[in-house]
Amino acid sequence: MKRMLVIVMAAALPLGFLAGCGQERAPQVYKQGKYQGKPDTPPWENEQFKGSQTAWDDAIRRRAQGQNEYVRIGDAPGGTL
Amino acid sequence: MARMKFLCDAERCIECNGCVTACKNTNEVPWGVNRRRVVTIDDGLPGERSISVACMHCSDAPCMAVCPVDCFYKSADGVVLHDKDLCIGCGYCFYACPFGAPQFPQDGGFGLRGKMDKCTFCAGGPEPDGSEAEFRKYGENRLAQGKLPSCAEMCSTKALLGGDGDVIADIYRTRVLVRGKGSDVWGWGTAYGKPEKQAAPGGKS
Repeated sequence: MKRMLVIVMAAALPLGFLAGCGQERAPQVYKQGKYQGKPDTPPWENEQFKGSQTAWDDAIRRRAQGQNEYVRIGDAPGGTL
Repeated sequence: MARMKFLCDAERCIECNGCVTACKNTNEVPWGVNRRRVVTIDDGLPGERSISVACMHCSDAPCMAVCPVDCFYKSADGVVLHDKDLCIGCGYCFYACPFGAPQFPQDGGFGLRGKMDKCTFCAGGPEPDGSEAEFRKYGENRLAQGKLPSCAEMCSTKALLGGDGDVIADIYRTRVLVRGKGSDVWGWGTAYGKPEKQAAPGGKS
């Protein structure tokens, strides 16, 4: 009986190894080096700027000059800028 | 096309941490996550300098290069952003970043490391602009409102400049040309005027 069991197991072992050969390659959707997340909209695509990049650029440029005290304070050195 | 950058003037930074507070408040950043911090060298010694550091939104960002799930992207105006829904919290970006910008919430048990959080240049993320989901994950989207990052706009001495690289470089260049360099930058003469401009002896003070 024990001998019979060993023979059956020995016969089944190669089948177990061969079972791995039937595995198909998973479909590859990942693209190396490309952003994989959700798309983002540019900051001018909203009600305030109505898709106008020029208006947004102007707003940002004007805002940036708020950091320039030589523009904010007229008679400071370099105030004619 | 604007290329958004930060520039910190070490001659002006007074280590007040106003930028850090503004960032925390604007974006409701949780405890343990510091999108921006002030670094001081030679603290207490002559020549001490402080500089405010956050994500510098590199033109060729190393975090983007090493991310195994490619969750980083660069916006149309040059801001480096990421999708938190993809991030696996591996920490590669933290090791790659020369500024220590990527932060990981660690408030869970067993040394849990959550999804990466970093400065967004107040540009939100890939969620719809101004949405609740965007605010919860990434903070406020000030760029979409035509505003600049709150850290730069709140800076009391205007040491921290933020905006289009060309524009803030011009602002900084003008400043350096006006104030001079070396010992001209600081001291009694710079603060109160050169001797010939001071009040005459005996005059009212």
